[in-house]
Amino acid sequence: MSQPSQQDEIVAEQANLKGQQAAGIEPVIEARGLSQGQIVRKRFLGHSGAIVGLVVFAIIFLMAFTSVGYAGIPGWWKYTHEAVSPLANDGAPTASLWPLAWGEHPFGQDRIGRDLFAMTMRGAQQSITIMVVIGLIAGLIGVAVGALAGYFRGWTEAILMRLTDIIIIIPALLLAAVMAQFAGRRDEGSWFASFASTNGVLALGIFLGLISWVGLARLMRGEFLTLREREFVDAARISGASNARIIFKHILPNAVGVLIVNVTLTMSAAILTETALSYLGVGVKSPDTSLGLLISQNQEAFTTRPWLFWFPGLFIVLICLSINFIGDGLRDAFDPRQKKFNPKKARDTGSPLAPGQTPVAAQEGSAGDRAAGGGAASGDKGA
Amino acid sequence: MVTYIVRRLVTAALILLGASFLVYLLTAASGDPLAEFRASSSPNKQQLMDSRSALLDLETPAPLRYFKWLGGAAQCLVPFAGTCDLGKNIAGQPITDALGHALVQTLTLVTAATILAILIGITLGIITALRQYSSLDYGVTFMAFLFFSLPIFWVAVLLKEFGAIGFNNFLRNPEIPLPVAIGVGAVFGLVAIVVAGGDARRRVLMGGTVFAAVSAILVYFSVTLWFKTPGLGPVVIAIAGVGLAFAVTLLTAGLRNRKALQSALIAVGVGVVAYFVIQPLLSQATFLMIVLLAVATVLVGMGIGYLVGGYDRGQSMRAAAITSFLLGLLIVLDRFMQAWPAYFNNSRVRGRPIATIGAGTPNIEGDFWILGLDSFTHLILPTTALILISLAGYTRFTRASMLEIMNMDYIRTARAKGLSERTVVMRHAFRNALIPVATIVAFDIGGLIGGAVITETVFSVRGMGFLFLDGILHVDPNPVMGVFICVAITAMVFNLIADLAYSALDPRVRVKA
Repeated sequence: MSQPSQQDEIVAEQANLKGQQAAGIEPVIEARGLSQGQIVRKRFLGHSGAIVGLVVFAIIFLMAFTSVGYAGIPGWWKYTHEAVSPLANDGAPTASLWPLAWGEHPFGQDRIGRDLFAMTMRGAQQSITIMVVIGLIAGLIGVAVGALAGYFRGWTEAILMRLTDIIIIIPALLLAAVMAQFAGRRDEGSWFASFASTNGVLALGIFLGLISWVGLARLMRGEFLTLREREFVDAARISGASNARIIFKHILPNAVGVLIVNVTLTMSAAILTETALSYLGVGVKSPDTSLGLLISQNQEAFTTRPWLFWFPGLFIVLICLSINFIGDGLRDAFDPRQKKFNPKKARDTGSPLAPGQTPVAAQEGSAGDRAAGGGAASGDKGA
Repeated sequence: MVTYIVRRLVTAALILLGASFLVYLLTAASGDPLAEFRASSSPNKQQLMDSRSALLDLETPAPLRYFKWLGGAAQCLVPFAGTCDLGKNIAGQPITDALGHALVQTLTLVTAATILAILIGITLGIITALRQYSSLDYGVTFMAFLFFSLPIFWVAVLLKEFGAIGFNNFLRNPEIPLPVAIGVGAVFGLVAIVVAGGDARRRVLMGGTVFAAVSAILVYFSVTLWFKTPGLGPVVIAIAGVGLAFAVTLLTAGLRNRKALQSALIAVGVGVVAYFVIQPLLSQATFLMIVLLAVATVLVGMGIGYLVGGYDRGQSMRAAAITSFLLGLLIVLDRFMQAWPAYFNNSRVRGRPIATIGAGTPNIEGDFWILGLDSFTHLILPTTALILISLAGYTRFTRASMLEIMNMDYIRTARAKGLSERTVVMRHAFRNALIPVATIVAFDIGGLIGGAVITETVFSVRGMGFLFLDGILHVDPNPVMGVFICVAITAMVFNLIADLAYSALDPRVRVKA
């Protein structure tokens, strides 16, 4: 456009106004010449909460899987969650901050002398395993159901969505109880019963994954419903692309942000569900251990051995909190309306943006936040 | 509209049928109801097993049993026939009775928690949205994430330990050492510094005032052993009432509306006089009487507002009515406090008032106030736990919704035409921000009665969750089905209400007829 019309001037003025109003919001010059993946990565790495969450989670992950070993591979820690050793220091934790020392039993021991550090690490392993299994299964089924229902509409949608409606109201507690029952029947074995009794956690994760896809399926259906009406889908269809190609190559990449964010939130809710079920006695069962089970076993001993109660709870909160922060960072990174906020710039206001730069509307990621609210609301159900 | 509702209801009924069939089969498949007898060595083992089989009708295969159950349940749809039959549980008690009892327990547990969580959550959400990127905002956001991540059973055990056992020990000799009083005051002062807006000087002044006030009050409490014989007294009620009058007027009408402020202050005056008049009446209070008094209070408040009038009568009436209602709450609170020593020294309570389990002290006797205090001391811990974990969702959601609204063009228009910030926030932004929140609230209320399984287990409240869990553990389908039907129906009805409310509140959204 060679000559700026009056309308353009108004637009520029509004842009300036927005820039002033949303002081401290940096324009997205960073986006120039970068692919979408690069932009997302850059934004995510700029989100300090998410990075802290990622680091904390990585540390816990490494500690949990290397210390007591996993799947038969021995770890570097000298005790396992089942080994009984004589009580040292009356079972109290030997770890201390000053002087920084690890000691014989850093988190203490329980009444019969099992090492709490080993048990907590084992429990963290279980929680992380369940979380990943649920995330994978729920993600796959949720995407498949949501994509089919949203893309094909009609009868497919009606049937799949009614199925979703049915599953969404079946309580997770009941399914967990059924699962626990199967796992308990070691002797009279169908193949599933024998699988469940040897891999209790995996089976529980699979079962929970089979019911936690419903929220995701609804969200994905909504995404597909909007995306399939867009011009680029029409263009693809006219140039002869098959349905599968349109779904996988054209629509799915555009919905991947919503997908990843909500899988993360599902995973953080999954940890709480697992611990709650174990606490109620229908999740992971003794002699194996889990964070929820540890708390349930030790809550009576709170006055005498409070550490038995503190450390497992602390690890639940840490894992869940770090996953939530990672999810928050991902949401901010994927939301195209998201701005980059700089508190320092906000303070010295009154520096309107130079014309030519495009300010980004200062809308807090409302849609994403709303999705988080919904996720939280559904997560509360386990309470 | 009607077609839409009918279609939704028909779909819901079909979904309910499908889901209940699945739930029945799952419960029946979840275990062996005779397991406890198989391992026993009692001589009449066979007899016990036979009677249990007959009771649960184990000879019939589970799918057929479901249809038998459905036949009984279908009679519940006939209104006023009294033929409702949801079967009996393993102890022989009819499910309808058990459900009625459990429902009352659950509702008393979750009602206060939900209302408080919604109120506090929305308030926090609005404040953090108005102070976006302040230290308050960051603090509340972090707390919200933390509360998301707390397992409720863990919180519950902590609350029991520190809230109940610790506080009861403290009540035995309620003296607060001076360092503790100053420490608590300092914490409150810091919170005030974070919460207060404005420049650094104002914040520090605010923090200092709060610190001094809180510390002084704690020292006063300690010296007078206030926790043994708590009470507010007419003076405190009058001072608090004047403060309330200003606050309510500020929010509803703005302090520049002198008539509204006058009516609120008159309402406080009337309330303080009523405090003395009403004391003998309150001594023989019943629940109904309190409700009637509350209605009367609001009516009197509106009357005062109407008489004072002013250029906007509605605002005066609103300010006076809300003020008098809050003042009434203060008076009732004072009366509860007066009953505290009697409750504290009750032979059943024996000086350890805050309970860790149950929904009431067994066999306690007393008037309305004693019984009220008894429910209060039993409910406070589970309620706190429930509030903590559900607060975060409301806060985040309201904040997002409010931020979206505050960036709308009509908000800029409202500011541009010179409206005060109060009017912009309270009239233009707040109401619109509540629309999406309203749907979430309806959705949550639908999931409430089944949503407190763990809380009920930890605090041994025999509500719906307990009934459900007990049914599962004993492989007894009837209570599970009873709870499931109740929960599913409320959830679906409130889902429908949420959708309808959205289209009623937001004219841009229309339901597909």
